[in-house]
Amino acid sequence: MIVNEQIAIEHGLKKDEYIKICELLKRTPNITELGIFSAMWNEHCSYKSSRLHLKKLPTKGKQVIQGPGENAGVVDIGDNDAIVFKIESHNHPSFIEPYQGAATGVGGIMRDVFTMGARPIANLNSIHFGSPQHKKTKNLLRGVVHGIGGYGNCIGVPTIAGQTNFDSSYNGNILVNAMTLGLVKKDKIFYSKAAGLNKPVIYVGSKTGRDGIHGASMASASFDEKIEEKKPTVQVGDPFTEKLLLEACLELMAGDSIIAIQDMGAAGLTSSSIEMASKGNLGIEINLNKVPCRETKMTPYEIMLSESQERMLIVLESGKEEHAKKIFDKWNLDFAVIGKTTKSKKIELYFDNEKVANIPVNTLVENSPMYDRKWKKSKLPKKNKFKKEDLKNLKIIDVLKKILSNPNVCSKEWIWQQYDHTVMGDTIQKPGGDSGVVRVHGTNKAVAASVDSSAVYCWAHPLTGGKQVVCESFRNLISVGAKPVAITNCLNFGSPENEENMGEFVECVQGIGEASEYLKFPVVSGNVSFYNQTKDEGIKPTPSIGGVGLIKDYHNMITMDFKENDNIVLVIGKTEGHIDQSLFARNILDEKNGPPPEINLFNEKNNGETLLKLIDNGFIKSAHDVSVGGIITAISKMCIKGNKGINLKKPKYLISEIEYYFAEDQGRYIIEISKNDLKKVTDILNKNAVHFDELGTINKNELYINDKTKVTIDELKTSNKDWLINYMSK
Amino acid sequence: MKSSVITFPGSNCDRDMDVALKKFGFKNKMVWHNDVEIPKSDLVVLPGGFSYGDYLRCGSMASKSKIMSSVINFAKSGGLVMGICNGFQILVETGLVPGVLLRNKYLEFICKNVFVKINNKKNTYFKNINKDVVEFHIAHNEGNYFCTKDQLTEIEDNQQIAINYCNKDGKIENQFNPNGSIKNIAGIFNKEKNVLGMMPHPERMIDTSLSGEDGSIFFKNLINNLK
Repeated sequence: MIVNEQIAIEHGLKKDEYIKICELLKRTPNITELGIFSAMWNEHCSYKSSRLHLKKLPTKGKQVIQGPGENAGVVDIGDNDAIVFKIESHNHPSFIEPYQGAATGVGGIMRDVFTMGARPIANLNSIHFGSPQHKKTKNLLRGVVHGIGGYGNCIGVPTIAGQTNFDSSYNGNILVNAMTLGLVKKDKIFYSKAAGLNKPVIYVGSKTGRDGIHGASMASASFDEKIEEKKPTVQVGDPFTEKLLLEACLELMAGDSIIAIQDMGAAGLTSSSIEMASKGNLGIEINLNKVPCRETKMTPYEIMLSESQERMLIVLESGKEEHAKKIFDKWNLDFAVIGKTTKSKKIELYFDNEKVANIPVNTLVENSPMYDRKWKKSKLPKKNKFKKEDLKNLKIIDVLKKILSNPNVCSKEWIWQQYDHTVMGDTIQKPGGDSGVVRVHGTNKAVAASVDSSAVYCWAHPLTGGKQVVCESFRNLISVGAKPVAITNCLNFGSPENEENMGEFVECVQGIGEASEYLKFPVVSGNVSFYNQTKDEGIKPTPSIGGVGLIKDYHNMITMDFKENDNIVLVIGKTEGHIDQSLFARNILDEKNGPPPEINLFNEKNNGETLLKLIDNGFIKSAHDVSVGGIITAISKMCIKGNKGINLKKPKYLISEIEYYFAEDQGRYIIEISKNDLKKVTDILNKNAVHFDELGTINKNELYINDKTKVTIDELKTSNKDWLINYMSK
Repeated sequence: MKSSVITFPGSNCDRDMDVALKKFGFKNKMVWHNDVEIPKSDLVVLPGGFSYGDYLRCGSMASKSKIMSSVINFAKSGGLVMGICNGFQILVETGLVPGVLLRNKYLEFICKNVFVKINNKKNTYFKNINKDVVEFHIAHNEGNYFCTKDQLTEIEDNQQIAINYCNKDGKIENQFNPNGSIKNIAGIFNKEKNVLGMMPHPERMIDTSLSGEDGSIFFKNLINNLK
C-alpha cells in the first residue's frame, strides 16, 4: 500500500502532521512507519496538547524519588521502602465494552507499577457514569464493576478505595480511572532507560494478537454514532497471565539481569521499544519474525500496533538470556530474544529478511508535535437565583434523608463488596472510609490512599475546582491520620480543539498546581485523557486526584465511626454558609448557578496540619472531612458507621440552620474527642488559630437537632444504603 | 508442627496462609505445584486464589497438577488437608470431598465478613474450640455449594457438614446465606474428617487491625489439637 495524505488522515493524523513526517524522514513513510507515527503522535501517547501546561505542575519534593516521565511515580517512605503509584484512564474502551475496558484498565496500571520492580499492594478506582435514568447507565456500571473486580480479584491485589459518581454529562462517555500502589525497596527500582550496545531485547508475556490495534488512536478521538464499530480496538484482558507475568518479573528482578524494562501498554511494541531507546539515547533493532504471535499471517504493521495485554519488553545484560528464560519457562510464559540495542539511534524493523521500518527515534519523540492550543478563560459563574425565604419551608431531616440517598452520596457497598479488599492480609481500612489503608507488610508503617474528583466545582469554576480536588485528597488522607506525601492525577476533559474545553483544562491544571505547590503535595505521575465527548458535547471537566499518605505507626490510624457515648464532637474550620454548587443547592433547590466554595490554602494547610498534631497527641477518637452534603451529611455518616447518635446544637451564627448544616465551605473536618480532653484540644486549636465550633455530644442511636427534631440512625442508614441496591436490582 | 502450602499458578492467598500458619507456630514450607512430593507435614493447605485462572472450571486444572497425586495419597492415608476458597474448589474437583461449588446465586463476587456455626467439633480442626459461632471472611465468586439429594443425606448422616452460614447468634437461615449454598453449607469434611474444604478465609482474621480475630482462635486451636 502506498501511503498518501488521505491514509494518514484515516490514521488520525492531521494534514500538517503528515507533511512534517515526510519532511523529517525526507521521504514518504511506508504503511508500517505511518502506523508507528500515528501511534506515537496521537494525543494519548504524545501529550501534544497538554505537555506545555503539565510542565507547570510541581513535581519535586523531599520524598520524591521519581516524578512524571517514568512508568509511575515513586516516593520515599523511609527505611529503604518506597511506594510506586499512578492513576490512568481507560474511558473510551470502557464505554464501548465495559467489562474488558475496565478490566484491562486495571491490568494496565498494575503493569505500570510492577514494571518498576514494585509488588502491587493496593488498587483504587474513580468511576463516573451518566444519569441513573439514562438507558445505558445500569449496564455500564455493572460491566465496569465486574471488570474491575474480575481483574483485580484474580491477581490478588486488594481494591481498597474508590469513588463512583453519576452526572448526565457522562451519558455518552463514562470515565474509568484506575490507580495502583506498589511497594519496592529503594535500591531495587527498575527504569525504562536502555543502556549499552548490542544488549539483547527480550519479549515476554502473552502472545501478540490482533486485538487493540489503534487502541491509543481510538482513545484520542471523540465518539460518534459509529462507536460500535470500534469494538475490535478494545483489548481483551487475561488476569491469570498477568499474575504469572507479575511473579515471573519480580523473580527476575530479584537478580541483576535487567538493564531496562517497559510494559507494552498503549501502542504496544511501538511505544515500549521507542521509549526505551529514546531514554537511553540508543537505537533498537527488532526482527518481527521472532515476536510470538497468537494469530497467523500477522503483518509488521499489526505486530507493531497490537495492544494485546500482559506483555513486557526487557533489555537484558548480555549472557543472562538462559537464566531469564528459565524463569519465564517456569511460569509458562513466552520468552523470545527479538532484537538488540544499537548505536544507530533509529528504530529498525526487519520482517522476512526485509527492512520494513527505519525511523530515527528522535523524530518520534522529541520532534513529535506540541501544540499551544487556543483556550478561553472561563466565564465568571452566574449569580444564583434562589431566595433565602425558600429555605425556611424546608425540614432538615427530610432534606438530609434525600441527600443521604442521593446517588453521589449513598453507600457504595454494592460496588466494593464485589472487590476483594482484604487479600494480602494488610488492609486495615476498607472501602467506605475517607481513605483506604494498607500496612507495609511486616512493619508498623501503613500507606493511605484516596481518589477524588469534584466535577461540579470544576465545571462552575475550573481554577477553584482544580485547587479543591487536591485539597479534598489532602483532607481525606489527614482524616485517617496519614501525612500527605504526593499525588497522581488523571485529567479527564473534552476536546482540546474546543477552546472552552481547553480553557477548562488549562485552568484546572493551574488550580491543581497552585494547591499542590502550597500544600507541598507534589504531582509524581499521571495521565491526560482528552476527547471525552460525544459529537460536540464534552463531559464536565473531571480531574481525578489520587493521593498517597504515610502513617508511621498503623496503631494510630483514625477511622470515621463515632466511638463512645458522651464524647464531644467539634467541627474544625469555619462555616460561612456557602450554598452555591452544593449538593443541597443542585439537588434540593434545583439551583445550578453560582460559584463553588472558595479555597483558602492557608486555612487548608493549617487546619490539616493542626489536626495531624491532635492525632499525634492521641486526642482524636474519630475524624471525617466535610465534603458534599455539608456538616450534617458528614456527621450522619459517622453515626451510621459507628451505630451511634448525636445531640446537635447549632452554634450562634447569623446564617440559618439549613445553611449551617448543608453548606460546603472548605477546609473542614468533624472530630470526636473525649470530654476530658476538650480543654487541651481547644487550647491547641486556639494556639494554631484554627477556627472550630462545638457541635454536640454522642448518644446511643438518635440524631437530635436542638432537642426538637429527631431521627433514628437506623432510618438514616436505610436512606443511605438502599438506593444503589434497589437501583441495581430493578 | 509442620505444614505445607501448595502454590499453583494463579494462587494468591498462598502468602497470607504462610503468614498465618507461621504466626501460630507452624513450620511452614511453600510447595510448587510441579513438585512430585510434599515434604513431611502435619497439615497440607490448598490456598485461595484463581489457580489456572479458573479456566475450564474453578479448581479443575489444579486438581490434575503434579503435586496433587501426592496430596491425594497423603489425605487417603489420614493426613490433614485443608482447602480454603479456591482450595475447597480444588478438593471438590479431586473428589476428596463430595459436592460441587456453583457460581454465587446473585452472580456477583462477594467480599465481606460472615458468621459461621461450627456443626461438628469431633475432629482435629474444631475439637476444643471455645466458640460455636465464629466470624470469618469470604471473598469468592463460586462458593454456592451444591450436591444431590442422596449425597446430602449421606453427608448429613456422616456429620460431614463442618460449618454453616448463620447470623451472630448462630441462626442458620436463608437470609444469612451469602451465595445460595444448599443448607447454608460453608465448609465440608470428607467421611473421615481429616480433609476440610471451606469457602471462608480464616487467614484473613488473625489480627485486631484486620477484619477480626476469630481466625486466630481457629489456628491456635488447630495447632494445639495437633500437638
